[in-house]
Amino acid sequence: MAIRRGRGVAAVNYPTGMNLGGDPSQALVHSTPTGNFMVSLSSVDLGQGLKQVMAQICAETIGVATDQVTIDTADTDTGPHCMGTFASRGTHRIGNAIIRAATEAKQVMLEVAAEELEVDAGDLETDGAGNIIVKGAPQKSISIFDTALAAHFKQGRSISGRGIFLVPRSFPETETGAMKPSTCYAHACTVAEVDVDDETGEVTVVSVKNVFEIGRALNPKMVEQQLVGGSWMGISHALYETTEPYYPKREHGGTDFNQYLMPGPGDLPETEIVVLERPAADGPYGAKGPGEMCANPQIPAIANAVFDAVGVRVDTLPITPERVLRAIKAQHN
Amino acid sequence: MAKKVPLQITLNGEERAEFVESGSTLLTALRDRFDDTSPKGGCNQGTCGACTVIIDGELRLACLTLAEMCDGASVQTTSGMAKGGVLHPLQRAFMEGFAAQCGFCTPGMIMAAKALLDRVPNPSRDEVIEALAGNICRCTGYEPIINAVLEAARANSHNAA
Amino acid sequence: MIRLAKEYFADQRKDDLHELGKGLQRSDAPGHVTAKTKYFADRTFPGMLYLKMVRSPHHHARIRSIDTSEAEKHPGVARVLTHKDVPHNVYTILILIQVGPEDEQVLAEDKVRWKGEAVVAVLADSPRAAEEAAAMVKVDYEVLPAVFDIDAALKPDAPLVNEYHGQNYYLYDSGECRKVRFGDVEKGFAESDHILEQTYWSSPIEHAPAETTGCIVVPEGNDRFTCYTNTQAMFFTLDNTSIILQMPGQKLHMVGGTVGGGFGGKVDVTVEPISILASKLTGRPVRFVYSREEEMQISSPRAAEKIVLKDGVTKDGRILARQVWGYTDAGAYSRHSPYGAQKGAAHYPGPYTIPNVSIDTYCVYTNRTPSSAMRGFGVTIADFALEVQMDKLARLIGMDPLEFRFLNAYRDGDMKAHRQPTEGAALIECMQEASRTADWPVAERFFKMSSYKTEA
Repeated sequence: MAIRRGRGVAAVNYPTGMNLGGDPSQALVHSTPTGNFMVSLSSVDLGQGLKQVMAQICAETIGVATDQVTIDTADTDTGPHCMGTFASRGTHRIGNAIIRAATEAKQVMLEVAAEELEVDAGDLETDGAGNIIVKGAPQKSISIFDTALAAHFKQGRSISGRGIFLVPRSFPETETGAMKPSTCYAHACTVAEVDVDDETGEVTVVSVKNVFEIGRALNPKMVEQQLVGGSWMGISHALYETTEPYYPKREHGGTDFNQYLMPGPGDLPETEIVVLERPAADGPYGAKGPGEMCANPQIPAIANAVFDAVGVRVDTLPITPERVLRAIKAQHN
Repeated sequence: MAKKVPLQITLNGEERAEFVESGSTLLTALRDRFDDTSPKGGCNQGTCGACTVIIDGELRLACLTLAEMCDGASVQTTSGMAKGGVLHPLQRAFMEGFAAQCGFCTPGMIMAAKALLDRVPNPSRDEVIEALAGNICRCTGYEPIINAVLEAARANSHNAA
Repeated sequence: MIRLAKEYFADQRKDDLHELGKGLQRSDAPGHVTAKTKYFADRTFPGMLYLKMVRSPHHHARIRSIDTSEAEKHPGVARVLTHKDVPHNVYTILILIQVGPEDEQVLAEDKVRWKGEAVVAVLADSPRAAEEAAAMVKVDYEVLPAVFDIDAALKPDAPLVNEYHGQNYYLYDSGECRKVRFGDVEKGFAESDHILEQTYWSSPIEHAPAETTGCIVVPEGNDRFTCYTNTQAMFFTLDNTSIILQMPGQKLHMVGGTVGGGFGGKVDVTVEPISILASKLTGRPVRFVYSREEEMQISSPRAAEKIVLKDGVTKDGRILARQVWGYTDAGAYSRHSPYGAQKGAAHYPGPYTIPNVSIDTYCVYTNRTPSSAMRGFGVTIADFALEVQMDKLARLIGMDPLEFRFLNAYRDGDMKAHRQPTEGAALIECMQEASRTADWPVAERFFKMSSYKTEA
């Protein structure tokens, strides 16, 4: 009877957006009279920070500071259609819609500035500090503040833009299954290390080392939030979670957090996260959807580590102490 | 219609009185009568910690506390922590440490952490973990929350020194 | 805890971003830490009614009669709703993307098909009155034989779970399963040195968001209704509600906000239609929020799955053929499961280049809580099976599990089983970095590999 250590690896990919596409999202962008920007959406922030990422995408596209952008969302009276927040689609689909809307708004803004400066709009760019400047001659400039005022009260123009992003729906061919499920995929490889108590069957995760390829980390602090939390959920799925511990029996299902098991504070093992960025051709600034993928590779990596530790396979999730012990017992017989 | 009873409490330092339904929980009373929605109803059965408040200095789950039992008590909630627009060190640490994602568990977490720091200004990591053991978070994996509490304790002792 | 490994794909990327690529503070963080962030339930309205659902105690039963007379007389009760009150009582949420048939009743009329199915909705002016009245509703059931697992449900003599389908599986345009056929698996198996067939199982998993599913509906006074909801998809909810209630969309106003976690659990449109109906029929605000117990056992979980993988592999480590049979336990109704099972078909055989592939994925009905979307829908459990299988195959031929994956990893241009050329692959680089970070040694030649460059 002993504590036995093992480690396992798993590598996965994950599609961005709804399977087979057909899931549009829209965005409307307009400037206020003083040159701040409003983004109107109907997308839902589930807590992953969608609003912050969308503000950064809009700011990047227009060339203003992120705190000049306000996101107005999740109201069907004011926001244009969004398919929803799921399928790792938020950043990719809504982000692309915002890029299109913001690009259109920026074009109007530059045209207004061009008229004020009596230059060609194609010769203008933003300086990232609140001004529109003539390329190569930054002394000739107008602030975005003054540009917006001129648009509203002098030129009578609306600095605004519309954007929609739609991956056309693919229909699987019935006999071969030929189809286009997704336009880009995130990737991951996880190495998990576990200790297995061969007397109790208890599995303790010692460490998980996750490498995630997500196209582009648009906000690395928020990427970290999601990847760490996802890695935790993967571990939780591997070892603890189910509403029906003796599936297919309907009894024994948990009805509260004392019965439904998940790791608690301090149970997160040593967790390392490395992020790789191979920009997606159709991603907003290259980004893919990392939200779901990040919780997947830990599960098989832990299962493989358990085998490495004690030489038994548990091919049924979750890998409970009872299942580990039964497998060890079966092996001895 | 259920009988209404008067309830007088000191809520975040302010004398308050409202009529509440007899038999209602402190959670319902705070949210529906005292307009303090900072304690959240995550389970209403005492297993998630989202409704954590501090009553007379003690950590309590508002969903398991009868409102009538709190008459005359001093109740602290997360909505009363920022003073004059200045965030409490715990709030600042949660923010700067990216310890909140969906934010639903955050008020309860902050209360549980405050109850600890009020008692143990410089807790060990294990003490923080124990203090948060009754609070469920589904987004973060807890690690940023634990670190935020430790960071707030460090900031506190700096200010005190 | 996080490190950006900028050395990978440097030639694929221009690091010239200004506002992006920075770890800026979230704009919602101050609201979260001061508890000023408003969630849908942080609202109360005068005259608000609380909805309590009467649910089936049986897995499968015929409803002989429903008697709500006592409940209606209970003090505080404003209204009791049955199937008769719901304008279009049968629905399926994916009808919006042309996935039918409608197969689920909003409030059960003739039958219940899982323990927990909604039968009667009670509305009262306090949660307690609603609970008390709900206990007074009398439903007379004739209990029917039930079927609980995938294998039993697919047997020819199994009890029929859902008459709207007519058989215990979803009928795709391709037949009883979604199919992928690529190459010739039989030929691939014949050419293999080893064949390994294994079965993997999972049981249902709960999303367990900190905030349970719910909504509050307020009549605007002009025959329009504002619904404060924590749905993950505003218009998806609006459009489905419009169909169920036969109300034009312009009468509906959905307001979301920050949601206390979703993870796929809040896309089923289970609380909004009945609450809006209740508000319309009573003229009062209505609140329907799942208890934690409902969230755990009533809201749809991640499906249980059964996955059979059969692989043919050569002794030098090439997978020549992979055959997959994937079964999703949908429970009693479709919800999003036909979509999820089909997503599985698109995901297999995993991020590997295999010349001969056959995939069949089934969506199977049982007398269980309907399952639906969850983080990693259609993929999470598939990855568990695939990656454990990869480990077994490597050990079977005496090869290092990571090196075995390098040998079979997909690269740009490789044809996938569903006949799309691979683009933007990055599996190899992830494995290279995992080898370095975790100190898992592999042969030097695997570090010379690339997902997109031809080897020198």
